[in-house]
Amino acid sequence: MIKGSQSIQFDKSPFLISSGSIVGKKEGEGPLGNLFDVVGEDDLFGEKTWEAAESTMQKEACLLALGKAHVTPEEVRYIYGGDLLRQGIATSMGMEALQIPMFGLYGACSTSGEALALSSMAVAAGYGDLMLAVTSSHFGSAEKEFRFPLGYATQRPLSAHWTVTGSGAFLVGTRKSHVRISGVTVGKIVDYGLKDSQNMGACMAPAACDTIIQNLEDFERKESDYDRIITGDLGYVGQSILFDLIRKKGKDIKPNHMDCGMVIFDQKKQDTHAGGSGCGCAATTLASYILPKLEKGEWKRILFVPTGALMSTVSFNEGESVPGIAHGIVLEHC
Amino acid sequence: MEKEKLEKEYEQYVKEKTPVHNVYMNMLKAFITGGAICVIGQFILNYCKGKGIAEDISASWTSLSLVFLSVLLTGLNVYYKIAKWGGAGALVPITGFANSVASPAIEYKKEGQVFGIGCKIFTIAGPVILYGIMTSWTLGVIYYFLIKAGVTL
Repeated sequence: MIKGSQSIQFDKSPFLISSGSIVGKKEGEGPLGNLFDVVGEDDLFGEKTWEAAESTMQKEACLLALGKAHVTPEEVRYIYGGDLLRQGIATSMGMEALQIPMFGLYGACSTSGEALALSSMAVAAGYGDLMLAVTSSHFGSAEKEFRFPLGYATQRPLSAHWTVTGSGAFLVGTRKSHVRISGVTVGKIVDYGLKDSQNMGACMAPAACDTIIQNLEDFERKESDYDRIITGDLGYVGQSILFDLIRKKGKDIKPNHMDCGMVIFDQKKQDTHAGGSGCGCAATTLASYILPKLEKGEWKRILFVPTGALMSTVSFNEGESVPGIAHGIVLEHC
Repeated sequence: MEKEKLEKEYEQYVKEKTPVHNVYMNMLKAFITGGAICVIGQFILNYCKGKGIAEDISASWTSLSLVFLSVLLTGLNVYYKIAKWGGAGALVPITGFANSVASPAIEYKKEGQVFGIGCKIFTIAGPVILYGIMTSWTLGVIYYFLIKAGVTL
């Protein structure tokens, strides 16, 4: 059922059947370390390049999700996958082995939301019983793509994020489980003109605010109707900006807000400045930390809002601002 | 117009909200790090001169040794840690320049000898080399005309 201007409420909500999470060494040493399915011994995962390592993580995350649900790749109708790299190469290389029809996505760090929205829409529409949503990011490949070689001597600003090395995969379908995707709010591009790509939290906070407010409006809900409103990777800077922006709209999400980028690392001990980021940040936190709480019923209904800073190194050099996007996924215990 | 004003306002607001490194602390750390690198350089220079090597050759040995040390530490994944603490103190001396050439070489090696190392080794140092040469050329031209005009330095 179409809700408001940007949302869908599913008449027959698809289930989030199972998930898989795989992360690198640093993430494994973080606060969520023992919750992930697999923690790599090093960040190369037996490969020679960061890109190949990232694609291996995606494949493994998918296999983990499939394995938990005792599903073979042949039974999966479509994959919705994406990563941070140019032309989505980590997804293309990783998914080849599975031989499942695929849609490649790009939504920067919001890709997990995009993939979950599209896969649940496809299931709800009856175009398949089982869909996979998968995203990944890798510190090494992302630094190389967007910033500097790893060994380059530079001082990171305090507003900079630390890209999570990790991949999360989700099996969405009609088979019963304890979590369902009851609705989605697809986000718009929101750009407040900020050009500082080292302050992604501030670039994404307006988009997160827009999507959260729109979700509450479309579903005619209050902030407190959600046990948690969970953003992807706004980090410490982005979170405080989000609170201010939401307050200006006459709402307050302070008591029930959580940010994946802030929980995945220990900011002080792990020296991650503003927090974690990347497609893998929201995806692995959802798989390892959020879903178990929903499955147990500790949280009844949450709004999962992965946020993306849609920058490109070319547009950045050409003086363009960093557009933001955020997608809202309503997850409920059942 | 209205949009531009709002963007400016947001930029200003974000600036206030964003924490930054302590400038004075950073200056002190840069002073210590840069100073330490220069002391090592001075030590090498004095050592060479003590061995009876000519002044200009000793200076070359000093640069060469510092570059070698920086490249070695970059390869061992140590130099970026020094720069993280010491900031510009590690970036400005010749060791920083060596690091900016060595780190792309290591990172892009996987993309091949030609298109990887060959094309990308100067991605960071390139601008320094280009504009460094251009500036010295411009100064050379000015110097030439000054001499022609009879100005002696």
